[in-house]
Amino acid sequence: MEKNQSTALLFEMSCPGRRCTRLPACDVPELPLTELLPAAHLTDAPPPLPEIGEIDLIRHFVNLSTKNMAIDTNFYPLGSCTMKYNPKRHERLAGLPGLADVHPLQDDRSCQGTLQLLFEMQQYLAEIAGLHGVSLQPAAGAQGELTALLVASAYFKDRGELKRKRVLIPDSAHGTNPASAAIAGFEAVQIKSAAGYVDLEDLRAKLDDRTAVFMITNPNTLGLFEKQIATITQMVHDVGGLVYLDGANMNAILGITRPGDFGADMMHYNVHKTFTGPHGAGGPGSGPIAVRDMLIPYLPAPLVVKQGEQYRLDFDRPKSIGRVRSFFGNFGILLRGYCYIRTLGPQGLREVSEVAVLNANYLLSQVKDHLDVPHGDRCMHEFVASCRHLRRERNISAMEIAKRLLDYGYHAPTVYFPLVVPEALMIEPTETESKETLDAFAQTLIRIKDEDPELLRLAPHTLPRSRPDEVRAAKEPILRWKPYA
Amino acid sequence: MSYVLNTPEQQAAMLAAIGARSLEELFQTVPENLRLKRPLDLPAPLSEIELTRHVGNLAARNRHAANALCFLGGGAYDHFIPAVVDAVCSRSEYYTAYTPYQAEASQGSLQAFFEFQTLICQLTGMEVANASLYEGGTSVTEAVLMATGITNRHGKVIVAESVHPEYRQTLQTYLANLEPNVTTLPTPNGFLDPEDLKKTLDDKTACVVVQHPNFFGCLEEVEAVAKLCHDRGALFIVSFDPISLGLLKKPGDYGADIAVAEGQGLGNPLNYGGPYLGLLACREAYVRRIPGRVVGQTVDRHGRRTFVLTLQTREQHIRREKATSNICTNQGLMALRAAVHLTALGPQGLRETAELCLRKAHYAATQLERELGFTRRFDRPFFKEFTLRCETAVPELLGHCLEDGILAGLALGRWYPQLKDCFSVAVTEKRTRDEIDALTRSLRLGVQWLTPTALA
Repeated sequence: MEKNQSTALLFEMSCPGRRCTRLPACDVPELPLTELLPAAHLTDAPPPLPEIGEIDLIRHFVNLSTKNMAIDTNFYPLGSCTMKYNPKRHERLAGLPGLADVHPLQDDRSCQGTLQLLFEMQQYLAEIAGLHGVSLQPAAGAQGELTALLVASAYFKDRGELKRKRVLIPDSAHGTNPASAAIAGFEAVQIKSAAGYVDLEDLRAKLDDRTAVFMITNPNTLGLFEKQIATITQMVHDVGGLVYLDGANMNAILGITRPGDFGADMMHYNVHKTFTGPHGAGGPGSGPIAVRDMLIPYLPAPLVVKQGEQYRLDFDRPKSIGRVRSFFGNFGILLRGYCYIRTLGPQGLREVSEVAVLNANYLLSQVKDHLDVPHGDRCMHEFVASCRHLRRERNISAMEIAKRLLDYGYHAPTVYFPLVVPEALMIEPTETESKETLDAFAQTLIRIKDEDPELLRLAPHTLPRSRPDEVRAAKEPILRWKPYA
Repeated sequence: MSYVLNTPEQQAAMLAAIGARSLEELFQTVPENLRLKRPLDLPAPLSEIELTRHVGNLAARNRHAANALCFLGGGAYDHFIPAVVDAVCSRSEYYTAYTPYQAEASQGSLQAFFEFQTLICQLTGMEVANASLYEGGTSVTEAVLMATGITNRHGKVIVAESVHPEYRQTLQTYLANLEPNVTTLPTPNGFLDPEDLKKTLDDKTACVVVQHPNFFGCLEEVEAVAKLCHDRGALFIVSFDPISLGLLKKPGDYGADIAVAEGQGLGNPLNYGGPYLGLLACREAYVRRIPGRVVGQTVDRHGRRTFVLTLQTREQHIRREKATSNICTNQGLMALRAAVHLTALGPQGLRETAELCLRKAHYAATQLERELGFTRRFDRPFFKEFTLRCETAVPELLGHCLEDGILAGLALGRWYPQLKDCFSVAVTEKRTRDEIDALTRSLRLGVQWLTPTALA
């Protein structure tokens, strides 16, 4: 039974005169408004927001919430997103008034606790990266990429290397890589993959003195560790370029190997992935970057520094690229990452990667006889299966498998990414899932591929909605509610 | 403690199923010489009890808006957050979900974002809103990038100096390697004088950015600016304060083409600067140029109203280097907080909140001028924030108030050397008359302490 309380829109529930907020009486002189503001600036009526009572507001949003799948309700093997458990202790600590109610422009002396936490976080992220300097400012991974590319650009300008205008990006990379390169003013050049890895010949052919940065995701989006990574980074360094590591897949290598040690000069973290900030239905993220020592002068300002026992924000950074956002950064997510690192410690972080890789390999071993896995029978923290043969033989697509999984209570894997694998299903179980969960998921996946294709074509059958018309949504966009629409 | 569930026996069984002898073997593709041969140099693990104590101790070293009187503004404000906001947003069906790519499994978040977009349209009087951006500064920047694309004018962007300095710095950073040059127009009288704008605005200008109310708290001549922009074919971008729209005309009413804002004041804690959310709304004509995620209404295969992420062909995962923006996430949870907060306020609540801010700010300004002889630096109408000039050294004076447990205001000299004798004071609906009087007393004592001859 579908509840009206969650299918009606707020605007359809509105009843004039209803409200759920009462404000205190005014305790200062109540002068006429027009004595305080010129009439020309005043609106005739406040915005026509919906008028809703408190219980209806709560029922509406609580009922709506039950139409989501989430980590807390379902296994969520969404590849490249690292949907691991979000510890509840983080939520409680993030709500402490001593942290949540600190204003971003407070005097450094008045928020030493916050600054200490951020200073230590800078150090932890530098150590895990094997790099030397960290900026916590970027709001998300994509902004971290852009920030690092701007740092690289400033570095080359400072050295007078103005020809370096190209950013080389493998074809298996996240779409944010080329989009960030474009905004940073670079020309994006695509590098081919060969058997799942960077094609060294293609890379060699495109590396020259115009190369600014080579962006690499390692482990890559196929869940493979670039075995030739040392050669690759050496090749880039040999032509005077910098290596950027897209840290989306750090969950596979914590304490095992460090980007700085395999030749990366800069990287971003996705704190919401690797260090379990809740994904919030699409954000907030946090995308700090770590860089090698020669790039530190160009990092965004401010950084947190320690002088004696005092922490302060250092704005005096003449070569800095500037800021990429207002205020310090996404503190609330950094705080959760900090709590996670402190809870796990060095052995715990290593165990994360060991078990993330174990879980992914185990799941791979359970499905590889039933689905194509084009890139071998070993992986890092995730693997990419392909429905290419299923599509040809039984007319079952990756999307249909994904939709049918929803009926069985599993969130779908990432589909049709990376673009280099046809009919891709990208599966990342994370370390926080049990063997029992993985077994049940594998059995379901195997069962679905033998189901009636017609049943799959119409799936899901048990969810509140099925197969929205996305073409219509894009062709005649309805992006807000209108009365009598 | 790593939240790992599989027991050693299970791990052994899993390794056997894989056909591997050890965990080590699974990492054989990581070359031996690149492996870290020592534990990471990080502190030892903490139990939940220890972590709670440690983080609690850090929190106890902070002053904050719950144990001090907060008159700090400058783009982040101590507005009240009703309990319903936390009640809804602590539902882990919302906060532990991810990007709603699988629409059928995400109707909760998708409908909430559609409602958010509608609420932002209602708030601003604009026709289209996205599902949020990172924060105020990147929203201004994305709006400018959007405007250069829409107008196909890539040479010149005009920004008033009264726009938040950190928003302007963000814009400068983003544009460092792109074509447009930013012309910053001085605002010596606390607002962008339309006469000054007229002299600089030309047929190559893509857009003009003002903030209303601006960083000094002053109102801008938005209607005149809109007209000047449109006469020259430039777009008018306004950065607004969402709470102010309980009283002030809406961006859609005075001719804004793109309206952006820092949305923190809508239900989001101060959190030392983030996560916040950026609002972006515009005219319908620009819908395919909008950056970030957008939720649309459609029908499912049974004809039922359904919500989906839409217009994805603008986005980086499809368009790659040709995308309208590199942004991938929205600030989903913050947008939900804003939606719940706006709904909880409703039109009357928003209006009353804005009125309380306005009246209390004016009471505070009057008291500080009358009692202490401070002067308002700019003779302009203001909403909830105002800029004062005083004879006493500003950082020391504010430092004195801090010792009284009062975050008295924001010294402006850091961004505006010419205003080093000035500070801004923000007054929200949470402040009481007694608290404002306490601010006045503390500042009086500070002035007496620092300049013994004054206020004799």
